[in-house]
Amino acid sequence: MPLLSPGHLVGLFLQHRDQSWQGSNRSTHLATLTTMASLTRTAKLFSQFRPVVHGARAIIQAPNVSQRRSFTASQPFPVARYGGRYTVTILPGDGIGPEMMGYVQDIFRYAGVPVDFEEIQITKDSTEEEFDNAVICIKRNGVALKGSIESKYGGVEGGSRNALLRTQLDLFANVLHCRSYPAVRSRYSDIDIVIIRENTEGEYSMMEHEGVKGVIESLKIITRHGSERVARYAFEYAVKHGRKKVTAVHKANIMKLSDGLFLETCRNVAKEYPEIEFTDMIVDNTCMQLVSHPQQFDVMVMPNLYGNVVSNLVCGLVGGPGLLSGRNYGEHFAVFEPGTRNTGTTVAGRNIANPVAMLNASCDMLEHLELNTHAELIRNAIEKTVNIDLIHTADLGGQATSLDVLELHLPSLKCLGV
Amino acid sequence: MASRLSPYLSKVGCVLSGVQCRSLHGIAPLTSAVQSPVTKPEGRTTATLIPGDGVGPELCQVVMDVFKSAGVPMDFEERHLTELYARRSDSLEEVVASIKRNGVCLKGILATPDHSSDGELKTLNMKLRDELDLYANVVHVKSLPGLNVRHKNVNMVVIREQTEGEYSALEHESVTGVVECLKIMTREKCRRIAKFAFDYATKYGRKKVTAVHKANIMKLGDGLFLRQCEEVNRNIINVCKGNIMKLGDGLFLRQCEEVSAMYPNIEFNNMIIDNCTMQMVSNPHQFDVLVLPNLYGNIVDNLASGLVGGAGVVAGESYSGNAVVFEPGARHTFSEAVGKNLANPTAMLLASANLLNHVNLQYHGNMIKAAVDRVIRTGKVRTKDMGGHATTHHYSQAVMENLKY
Repeated sequence: MPLLSPGHLVGLFLQHRDQSWQGSNRSTHLATLTTMASLTRTAKLFSQFRPVVHGARAIIQAPNVSQRRSFTASQPFPVARYGGRYTVTILPGDGIGPEMMGYVQDIFRYAGVPVDFEEIQITKDSTEEEFDNAVICIKRNGVALKGSIESKYGGVEGGSRNALLRTQLDLFANVLHCRSYPAVRSRYSDIDIVIIRENTEGEYSMMEHEGVKGVIESLKIITRHGSERVARYAFEYAVKHGRKKVTAVHKANIMKLSDGLFLETCRNVAKEYPEIEFTDMIVDNTCMQLVSHPQQFDVMVMPNLYGNVVSNLVCGLVGGPGLLSGRNYGEHFAVFEPGTRNTGTTVAGRNIANPVAMLNASCDMLEHLELNTHAELIRNAIEKTVNIDLIHTADLGGQATSLDVLELHLPSLKCLGV
Repeated sequence: MASRLSPYLSKVGCVLSGVQCRSLHGIAPLTSAVQSPVTKPEGRTTATLIPGDGVGPELCQVVMDVFKSAGVPMDFEERHLTELYARRSDSLEEVVASIKRNGVCLKGILATPDHSSDGELKTLNMKLRDELDLYANVVHVKSLPGLNVRHKNVNMVVIREQTEGEYSALEHESVTGVVECLKIMTREKCRRIAKFAFDYATKYGRKKVTAVHKANIMKLGDGLFLRQCEEVNRNIINVCKGNIMKLGDGLFLRQCEEVSAMYPNIEFNNMIIDNCTMQMVSNPHQFDVLVLPNLYGNIVDNLASGLVGGAGVVAGESYSGNAVVFEPGARHTFSEAVGKNLANPTAMLLASANLLNHVNLQYHGNMIKAAVDRVIRTGKVRTKDMGGHATTHHYSQAVMENLKY
């Protein structure tokens, strides 16, 4: 094999990259890959080769510390608000979604919330057109409340509808505020963690292919832009809500370039916020620490897949999928949903699912619409039902049905006139 | 529609009675976002009340009597606004503050004298709209069964932009004998009203939106010139000489088209204003939702109201982002009938019913609406404009007797 200069290798690499992006000519692509692999081994040029990779270049670049920008999501949203009444898109989704949406609507009507719903049914069997309509509908109303849509396994074309929705609306930040309910029996009663998860890239880029038969590649995409905006969001969130510490969760010891970029970007952004303490932690250790000493965490920021895992873990710590709500923010749109994104198909239609998560999500939505009195009213009612009246559904170890929880809400709501 | 809503109604009933008989699977998709009523809220709501000029105060009195009789939990904050007797009017700031605080207002019609006392070009109505940014005027033109008019079963919504266009109050006489009036159309406001119209159509399950314009060239005379700015398109119309609205109305039409792309389920078409008026008197059933710039809106509002029974029976409302003003749909003070007990309170009552629906008092709103419908359908008590001989007082008595709790 002829010895090649580093420059040649770079050329080969770039050529390979262009081809792979265009998805053309698989055999050439493979041949290049093999040549490259053998060359890197034999010529021992890996160290010279590395900086060419985009992520690495991005890390080396100077941080983009321009000026401290204000919180992107605080820009005015296009909200369908006429005469003080809002129209909001609801996507009931699959599983328990439709029941939960029904409860939310009942509660809203009962509490006299000035919100009208535009309901769009998206299930796992919906067509592309229906899905596009849903996206357009959210775009024109600006705000949506959403159940989870079941993702089909084994389907070849199209990824998860949930992930697609987030990408199309560019909802980059998922915020999950995990707070213990004192009356819910769980291992810890003093958890107060905010998990901020990058929502549009990383492992959820939905780019998977089978280059060689039996070998599947899944691309994890981390961009400087994406990491920076979610990191900034996390710090702005911390400042706005008076939090002390931000922890970045990563796996940069193994994925040195991709997670390295994420970590490096977080570090750079942290420099702009000297009043907030910044630490980082590797994801495996984080999980261990979370189940043993969750009190040490305050705000956590992480890429997509880790966020998914960690948020479910923390939800489990405070009482399961039926309690917490998650918020998805983009620059223009906001989507609210239950925190753990389960469809709950097993408990659907049996009147045993816990409606608290969806009700919390609806309160988040009201807060976003600045209907604070109504949000507070419903939140207090939830608080009272769960913590004082101890009406718990089966998932919290109680025996109440969904409707029991709901009906005990109603009297507390009566006090409000409008 | 009724069958689509019935699962909701039954569900609401279940929740209230505490019986667990709700069907837990799937909710039938709604064609519109409007919800059925659930309860009578316990608190009281406050609304601003502007009696206005002409027969306005008499009609507002009827509304208050009916509210009292129906037990509506609503208080009115009465503010007097008039341009005829400037001394007796409350200040505009005070009225605006009141509406902003309450979010809802019931308003009679304000008379607009041809010559203002202080030489200002803006009328009080326009000032109020500008202050509150009440940009969208909605008139729901719907035939009332039982009323004998030329067209039956008319059901259309006329949405009018009412903060710009010809109502800019920019008029001047630069050369003696030649008066110029500026018609202002801005992209932002055109877009806003177009989105409002489509959102309204979506919310109330309507199928079609028609934009009415004059974007073709209409050559009347020789003197026409126009100027276009980057953001603001201005059509300077030389009064009595000629007009061309290719840019101004073209902008409006283009924004409507762009917005319509976001609403794949709603049909969009456009129509030229002169043709629109002709179509409306010959075949009004083809219209569903109409969206128009200011002056055309004014004309079409009145024309459409005339189709279903005149100014006395059509209710309207004006929206801003935060506030709504409910008022009669066609703006006539009917000052010749003041004190004669002749005026028709239907429009005002329907407007007040809409107000109640807006503030989650659907129970009372529907009750009043049903009572008015019943009185008209029975046809025994009719005011003069509806072809009867009843007085305002008799009519309101009849409505109160027909309230069914």
